Amino acid sequence: MTSATEEARFQAHIDAEGKIEPKDWMPEAYRKSLVRQISQHAHSEYVGMLPESNWLRRAPTLRRKAALMAKIQDEAGHGLYLYSAAETLGTSRDEMYRDLLSGKAKYSSIFNYPTLTWADIGAVGWLVDGAAITNQVPLCRCSYGPYARAMVRVCKEESFHQRQGFQIMLGMAHGSPQQKAMAQDALNRWWWPSIAMFGPPDGESKHSAQSMAWKIKRHSNDELRQRFIDMTIPQADFLGLRIPDDDLKFNEETGHYDIGPIDWDDFWAVVNGEGQCNTDRLAARQKAHDEGAWVREAATAYAAKRAARKAAERIAAE
Amino acid sequence: MSEQTSQHETEWPLWEVFIRARGGLDHRHCGSLRAPDSEMALMNARDAYTRRGEGHSIWVVKATNIVASNPDDKGSFYDPADDKVYRHPSFYQLPDEVDHM
Repeated sequence: MTSATEEARFQAHIDAEGKIEPKDWMPEAYRKSLVRQISQHAHSEYVGMLPESNWLRRAPTLRRKAALMAKIQDEAGHGLYLYSAAETLGTSRDEMYRDLLSGKAKYSSIFNYPTLTWADIGAVGWLVDGAAITNQVPLCRCSYGPYARAMVRVCKEESFHQRQGFQIMLGMAHGSPQQKAMAQDALNRWWWPSIAMFGPPDGESKHSAQSMAWKIKRHSNDELRQRFIDMTIPQADFLGLRIPDDDLKFNEETGHYDIGPIDWDDFWAVVNGEGQCNTDRLAARQKAHDEGAWVREAATAYAAKRAARKAAERIAAE
Repeated sequence: MSEQTSQHETEWPLWEVFIRARGGLDHRHCGSLRAPDSEMALMNARDAYTRRGEGHSIWVVKATNIVASNPDDKGSFYDPADDKVYRHPSFYQLPDEVDHM
């Protein structure tokens, strides 16, 4: 079969809502695009643990600390599910780590912003996890089986994250005037980066059209962004906090909220390495990788010793 | 190729994880992980895949020990079953008087 007919058959299968599994034929570009997206997603989970762990030892109560710890553990688990899904496409985990640490692979830019106060932990859970969920729910139906299945598990676990964040915001917004001011300050700083998380506007998104045709993506960036905005504004109203956007208003005609212009220059600057924490995040990951080397070596040595002992016992028994 | 192989060889083996959600159900595939040996694979599987009481029995199987059918054979591999309609209950017409069987 020529590759053109293979490709036509592949596209027809996807158009009919068929799923693609690791051993199925797929165009090289589909494979490459998935490796890029899934590994980037995995790296985001992995780097995403850092801004949260910044407040782990300073959590205000033991219960909040335990909940935050559980959330950070989840992020590590989500990274694992996603690295596994990417591996089914023939890329090795070592290769993916290497690309992350060398700066070749990207992760979500949102994690290059600092978490300055405890209220930021609330804002991150409420807004960043909220935006991530909005993005991830449609990915549960993406055409690549292993990615879709990983997303089902991630989404199930993620909904606690957003509630955990909202509960922190709720406590602070209804707390002392200082606490309320901290909550407002966190919202002021996290609102626009969260909105930008959905990526560039539809007209400028370079992978979008092909990803939609392949059903890796189900909705456009702007569609998902609007869905998140419409969902979140009433929540901010409930908290009694103000969205930092003078142009924000409800559009009676469309039934959606209209927002002011997004500062894409800032977004691209952070993507391209000029965010406040880009250097710190990679340095922290590099440090963890280096300092974890002895653990990996010890586990390998222990496994070898145990295998040798078992082999010796078997010989002795014979 | 050789460079690729040696790099893969330094990675821990891949294990497929199967979990029984509760007594009476089959073990179901739920994902995979890397670990240096079977015991560590089992512990990692517990930590990664049963953080919320998802199951009480775990199997880990080295991925290289799984023998899989080839998706390209989809047609021919299964066609011995294709023409045996009499294996399905719907093949058998029952008289109206006997409606539950």
